[in-house]
Amino acid sequence: MSANNDSIQKTLIVAVLLCLVCSVIVAGAAVSLKPLQQANKTEDMKKNILAAAGLLDSSKSVTEQFEQVTTRIVNLEEGRFATEAEVNDIKKLMGLNDISKFDQRKASQMPELSDKLAGSEDPASIKRRSKYAAVYLVQEGDQLEKLILPIHGYGLWSTLYGFIALKGDLETIAGLGFYEHGETPGLGGEVDNPLWKAKWVGKELHNEQGKLAIEVIKGEAPRDSEHKVDGLSGATLTSRGVNNLVRYWVGEQAFGTLLNQMKSQGA
Amino acid sequence: MSEIKNVLTEPLFNKNPIALQILGICSALAVTTSLQVTLVMCLAVIAVTSFSNVGVSLIRNHIPNNIRIIVQMIIIASLVIVVDQVLKAFAYEISKQLSVFVGLIITNCIVMGRAEAFAMKNGPVLSFFDGVGNGLGYSVVLIVVATIRELFGAGKLLGVEILPLVTDGGWYQSNGLLLLPPSAFFIIGLFIWALRSWKKDQVEEPDFKILPNTEHSGGH
Repeated sequence: MSANNDSIQKTLIVAVLLCLVCSVIVAGAAVSLKPLQQANKTEDMKKNILAAAGLLDSSKSVTEQFEQVTTRIVNLEEGRFATEAEVNDIKKLMGLNDISKFDQRKASQMPELSDKLAGSEDPASIKRRSKYAAVYLVQEGDQLEKLILPIHGYGLWSTLYGFIALKGDLETIAGLGFYEHGETPGLGGEVDNPLWKAKWVGKELHNEQGKLAIEVIKGEAPRDSEHKVDGLSGATLTSRGVNNLVRYWVGEQAFGTLLNQMKSQGA
Repeated sequence: MSEIKNVLTEPLFNKNPIALQILGICSALAVTTSLQVTLVMCLAVIAVTSFSNVGVSLIRNHIPNNIRIIVQMIIIASLVIVVDQVLKAFAYEISKQLSVFVGLIITNCIVMGRAEAFAMKNGPVLSFFDGVGNGLGYSVVLIVVATIRELFGAGKLLGVEILPLVTDGGWYQSNGLLLLPPSAFFIIGLFIWALRSWKKDQVEEPDFKILPNTEHSGGH
């Protein structure tokens, strides 16, 4: 360790060179491993969709199981399935060859495919919303068995991304799960707790008057409640976030119109 | 050769980074609920300690003294990101379970402790094995803790059922405490106690000695 190691010049040279070498290594790893990570992510996404609907069977391959699921694109503004022209537009804009690879998160960053939400329109704090969303239908013959909707919104620290699955009556919840969030492990992170997720199953979205009634409340919900779900203890803000985002996505501002339409068509 | 063997085996029991130097406790609490996750974490830590030691050792004669800690941190941080990327590509499920704790290897005192204490003064080859050795020392403790926690907390090892749980119709009533972080404290404490009973030279001199009460103390 000679004394000239501590000269300003040497210090700067070492710092700059080290940063360059390290950034090349990090960038190299990130870029070269990206395709593999992407493939893992797609498979994980399919797994989450199946898991939210309670269809996941670990003995079969995910790709095989996903064959029973149909992906449809929804026009969120008008609350209907997208027309073929719209689907072709999306494909062109996003450079996709297969519409089932539609990425809502990416679309919500694209000005052509998304809208900025003003304060009152945005209870789930998502800021920008994609004009389209991919929903997943599980059908048995002509009968709709399950409909799986993507949901997301802000909790305490992070945006939670997940799915909610509805039964064929489009009223009863068949499952709920988040596949990505950064909430505190052990507190807000308990949104992943299977026991808590199981509390959603069988709850109904609307009350007898047809009003949106599904709600996460603070503390324990009454045992026979059809609409209320227990809050997570120690995670008031995460629970509130989940409440807001679920109510937003199944509500009139998002998938509500589509659900009503599908119901009236007796789907 | 004996030197290499020495730096490899010494940290296992004689100079165990967790048990003797009490470094790297936080991740030992967080990732030891299941053995599989622990094993991956151990591999990640071994990789980072050994290669960061090599990196630091290679440029040790050129590191300006007043930025040496930052230089070590940059090397460690870059390696941690690479490890994280590799896990995301090849072990996606486990990397999801490890979540932030892979990133937190950066703050694992063992890694920087070895870079500062060993790699700054020794050649790359020896430093590499010192890193592997210390990573293994860390792993020994983690694997012991994880085995106890998963076996008695969940009745499983590596996800395979060993003790059938009462809730699944078996006979074993699982110990829920073992799945919570404080249990790792107890187990590490017991591990250190056992180790120091076996190797008496690791027992530390107490910092303060309580003097006996005497009549001659005098004065107030």
